[in-house]
Amino acid sequence: MMGTHWFERFLPRTLAGRRTLTGYIFISPFILGFLLWFLVPAGVALWLTVHDWNLIAPPKYVGAKHLVSMWEDDRFWTSLSVTTTYTLVSVPVGLVLGFGLALLLNTKIRGISLFRTIYYLPSIVPAVANAVLWAWIFNTEYGLANVALRALGLPKIAWLQQPEWALPALILVALWGFGSGMVIYLAGLQGIPDVFYEAAEIDGAGRLARLRHITIPLVSPVIFFNLIIGIIGSFQVFTIARLVTNGGPQNATLVYVLYMYQNAFQNLKMGYAAALAWVLFLVVVGLTLFVFKYVGSRVHYEDAH
Amino acid sequence: MAQKQRVASSGGGFRPPLHRVVWERRLWRFLIVAILSIGAVVMALPFVWLLVSSFKPLEKIFIFPPEWIPDPFRPENYVEALVYKPFGLYLWNTLRIVVLNLAAILLSASFCGYGFARIRFPGRDFWFALVLATLMIPYFVLMVPQFIMFTRFGWIDTFHPLTIPFFFGGGAFNIFLFRQFFRSLPEELADAGRIDGCTEYGIYWRIMLPLSKPALATVAIFTFLAAWNDYIGPLLYLRSDYNFTVAIGLATFRSVMSTQWNLLMAASSAMILPVILLFFFAQRYFVDGLVLSGLKG
Repeated sequence: MMGTHWFERFLPRTLAGRRTLTGYIFISPFILGFLLWFLVPAGVALWLTVHDWNLIAPPKYVGAKHLVSMWEDDRFWTSLSVTTTYTLVSVPVGLVLGFGLALLLNTKIRGISLFRTIYYLPSIVPAVANAVLWAWIFNTEYGLANVALRALGLPKIAWLQQPEWALPALILVALWGFGSGMVIYLAGLQGIPDVFYEAAEIDGAGRLARLRHITIPLVSPVIFFNLIIGIIGSFQVFTIARLVTNGGPQNATLVYVLYMYQNAFQNLKMGYAAALAWVLFLVVVGLTLFVFKYVGSRVHYEDAH
Repeated sequence: MAQKQRVASSGGGFRPPLHRVVWERRLWRFLIVAILSIGAVVMALPFVWLLVSSFKPLEKIFIFPPEWIPDPFRPENYVEALVYKPFGLYLWNTLRIVVLNLAAILLSASFCGYGFARIRFPGRDFWFALVLATLMIPYFVLMVPQFIMFTRFGWIDTFHPLTIPFFFGGGAFNIFLFRQFFRSLPEELADAGRIDGCTEYGIYWRIMLPLSKPALATVAIFTFLAAWNDYIGPLLYLRSDYNFTVAIGLATFRSVMSTQWNLLMAASSAMILPVILLFFFAQRYFVDGLVLSGLKG
């Protein structure tokens, strides 16, 4: 049946054309959202990078000033190195913990689901509640961390007051939440067919050989995925650093995003903050590409051979 | 006993005797359980500490060594903490945001996901690559320019910045999740619909969406968690106390109550409890969401 609406003159006539139109209608919310919430802000950020603006006085063109001042800004370099240290420790340690625990939890023992729950639950604690809880745990006189240290006969530590201990404290908080990665490993491990292990056992492969030659290669895509997600996530750590230490003591926990936030919303340096955002973007993209190149090539994909 | 002996010896000379294998297995099991138990105690201790502290009177908070059973037991902490700041109102605000986000994301992301999953058209792969690319862009990169845009729109101190953007695609991760799910449904269902004269929109709405309850549940749970946990969004955009969410309410409560750790722990437990309950009732969907995000890329 031919329609009789006036607008049908403008609709595509062929079947393929109509299908294309339908397809674009379906994905149009995403296209609009991409333009509005990604492309336009990215343009605004570019514009801001070469301007001085405090949201009140009229913006002033300053060229590459922000890039120059970034180069000379000690706090910028501090925040970059704090975030890098945080990432370099928390991501690999979290990865090893998550993978190791997933291996142990992938056994058939009674009560294993209780263990899985206990290890997973910390990772879903809301960040603000988590921050409040750990601020109390790290209390120097009465907090759980020092209660535990003193029970072991060790001296107490002023976790949040000593610059050398504040960042390790935040890393400990991050590691408490390693369960979300662990669950993904666990699912990957459960996807490995038993026949692989049975065949290996018949060939006389021990536990270590099976881990090295079967488990790790087959789970390597998952490890790779968690590594990328972990790096991107840890470069964006904010809530804990702001609520537990607010960057202190002596900038020891001034993570990158917190510094950006302070510039934008406390000092109202919108231009400088936008320049910092671009650098964050480039660093994360650079790291991701680096990991893709040097780790991605070692990942074993089943359909690749 | 004799039976066992025979089985063991029938294995041939190159195999270790059965009793050794059995003992080795038992030893491994014991080791695993031991390691897991120690780890579980370490993981659970902060929760125990949270709960114990939340039921103590203030004078029992500052005692060393700490008491592990609160005496006197003081549940009034919860009442005091939750009425000190209008947490009832904060809860109501959070729920309003959650409901709007649910409507936005479930509709918008499933709609887009359907287009990417089941309609073949030129340019689709390009746009889908863009979906995956936005998945990789850190939120904080666009925080400042988005803030300036929303300021221009007059959206400061309203829920708009926390809700309206989600009507446009509902987030790359959710589109991705729906796409993966729709791809797993059989094409015959859509064909049957076409024969009956259904348009593509009808197939999406009347056939595919009703079959997508697991995906809808997973996305709904993650949407709830994101809104419930969000700190940076409300921190940037909500100014008046009567607009606060639970998360931002707890953060300001912390700055007011600096050392009243018993009340702070009570408020924190109250914020964590719904999340844990949700986990126990919908455990399957939690894992599904994580796994779908991690494995089927």
